[in-house]
Amino acid sequence: MRETEATREAAQVRRNWLLSLPALLLLAAGAIGPLFIMLIYSFLTPGKYGNVEWIFSLDAWRGILFTRDIFDETLKLADAHLTIFWRSVRLSFLTTVFTFVVGFPTAWFIATRPPRWRAFWLFLITIPFWTNLLIRTFAINQIIRNEGFLNTFLIKIGVISEPLNLLYTDLAVFLGMTYVYLPLMVLPLYAAIERFDHRLLEAGYDLYASRLAVLRRIIFPTVKPGIIAGSILVFIPSLGAYVTPRILGGGRNMMIGNFIDLQFGQGRNWPLGASLSVMLLVVVTAALLIYVRFANRDRGHG
Amino acid sequence: MGSDDGFIEIIDVTKAFGPADRRVYALGGVAATIRRGEFFTLLGPSGCGKTTLLRLIAGFELPTSGEIRLDGQEIGHLPPFRRPVNTVFQNYALFPHMTVAQNIGFGLEMLGKPKADIAATVERMLALVKMTDLAGRRTDQLSGGQQQRVALARALAPQPKVLLLDEPLSALDLKLRKEMQVELKRIQLETGITFIFVTHDQEEALTMSDRIAVMSGGKILQIGTPREIYAHPTNRFVADFIGETNFIRARVQGGKAIVGGEVEVPLPAAPAQGEVTLAIRPEHLRLVAKGTAGALTATVGDAVYFGTDSHVHLTLGDGTGIVVRQQTDPDGREGPAPGSVLGVSFPPAAVQVLED
Ligand SMILES: Nc1ncnc2c1ncn2[C@@H]1O[C@H](COP(=O)(O)OP(=O)(O)O)[C@@H](O)[C@H]1O
Ligand SMILES: [Mg+2]
Repeated sequence: MRETEATREAAQVRRNWLLSLPALLLLAAGAIGPLFIMLIYSFLTPGKYGNVEWIFSLDAWRGILFTRDIFDETLKLADAHLTIFWRSVRLSFLTTVFTFVVGFPTAWFIATRPPRWRAFWLFLITIPFWTNLLIRTFAINQIIRNEGFLNTFLIKIGVISEPLNLLYTDLAVFLGMTYVYLPLMVLPLYAAIERFDHRLLEAGYDLYASRLAVLRRIIFPTVKPGIIAGSILVFIPSLGAYVTPRILGGGRNMMIGNFIDLQFGQGRNWPLGASLSVMLLVVVTAALLIYVRFANRDRGHG
Repeated sequence: MGSDDGFIEIIDVTKAFGPADRRVYALGGVAATIRRGEFFTLLGPSGCGKTTLLRLIAGFELPTSGEIRLDGQEIGHLPPFRRPVNTVFQNYALFPHMTVAQNIGFGLEMLGKPKADIAATVERMLALVKMTDLAGRRTDQLSGGQQQRVALARALAPQPKVLLLDEPLSALDLKLRKEMQVELKRIQLETGITFIFVTHDQEEALTMSDRIAVMSGGKILQIGTPREIYAHPTNRFVADFIGETNFIRARVQGGKAIVGGEVEVPLPAAPAQGEVTLAIRPEHLRLVAKGTAGALTATVGDAVYFGTDSHVHLTLGDGTGIVVRQQTDPDGREGPAPGSVLGVSFPPAAVQVLED
């Protein structure tokens, strides 16, 4: 009896694996395949007109941080690269923080509406997703450029006399990314806040917690999963952002995404592009792991 | 410092909800005085305003009018975190991200007490509610009864002047509820803190309270000790809500109530004239032979046997139904036969004259 049951179970497991094999193969080919190609390319030599030559080289990996002096061939720190990395990290971090600062009250507002109104407010939040990212970003471009809506308005009401030079600055990229990624922060926060037991607020006030203490000691720890999810959903795409810095940052205020793109285009350095991509992946994964570990560590500590 | 007699004074408090054109009064003019160290119970059916009154004292709601004084000081308009009052919530409302000990220490921490003091008090509270072994547990790993104890310890830890308990036992099963009733009473005596306890369970109110306020429709109908409330209800609602009662209409004439045109009952403080309702508890009625002096004539209906006693249903001459509670005979004899006509007698002291 037992034996047959075990055999049947084993057969079932085999069948399940067999049935999911096509999907697994597709996943492997789609997700791991390109990564693998990237990894290999990052150890090759750039071809003259793009593409790669099959000669092993570590130059692409060295090239992430160092450049070879044109005159004496010595290695020097590539300041331009560091600037781009730093800008990417800084802007992504600021975007995450700012979307949280704006998104938390928004999510709180929606989650505390009467249930039949919540769907409506959520619907408003998701409207931007209906339009292509490119078009939305160009719309921001139109608003903040020198002759754009914002400057015209501010000059009209006399706050400024000269247009603010916003377009093609880091600030523009930051604003654009905040706008684009805000819903990704609001939605997980909303999901967490909606599950929050609002009677805990009264328990907090009852136990002499001020409003700020209730926010810090009761609300934030309880909705932490939402904060973590939102931060990840905003930070990671920000770090690899391409369209927004391209359109709002112009050619000069590049982020990593644009820099990688450059290597596969005008730069004609596919191995460098590949090594940068792999590095981005590794850094993001590491950051994620550390963040999640850190965020869960003081569970119960408040 | 207020006198011990008026530790908490609730003075003509009303509370209305809703927009101005559709106001609903949850409390319509409530007054009560609660003594220091008292176990005071708000008793009434669901929706009568018990929770609202408790929330006004806690500070989660502000009164529409009226005052709430604690120890001589007006507190009705202070936010909850400025009132030396703590609440045991009906659903416990424990902080899910904290351990048992952290929950209990939270109030003291918010009051800025030194760490060592907090640890010592938490220890004491854990011992008081017999939860020392579970200090490090997360609260979602506790049973309902254990959560209840943590909620109690958490509310007691800051040593509030008043502890508010909103139907704290209603979620527990019967056995646990009885246990916790005893525990609560013990803890109240040990700590000496004034308890304001909300329940819709009259038995719970009678067994636990020093005094009870019976509420209905946003008003307090009567305040008194359990004995007073049970033995001398002043109106029909109180008499009906607490225990079982027979209501008998009577005509007042010359300081006496005349029931069914046959029996005269002397009244201590009778209205001059007119109709009144008398309340008589079923256990105070006796079945006697028909025609006995001072007894009402009644026809026996059915009887319900309860073991220790049985409830005999009878009908008076004017059609009023009454119930007589009879102790079971030691020899196990049957009760009176349905359809037979008997007398029903009662001592005059058992009669309560009700305000209508
Ligand atoms: N926040 C509120 N908004 C509107 N009506 C309320 C609110 N709170 C209570 N009420 C009403 O006030 C009345 C008394 O409620 P409550 O104090 O909760 O009664 P109890 O605790 O005795 O069951 C009820 O009719 C209830 O519907
Ligand atoms: Mg209630």
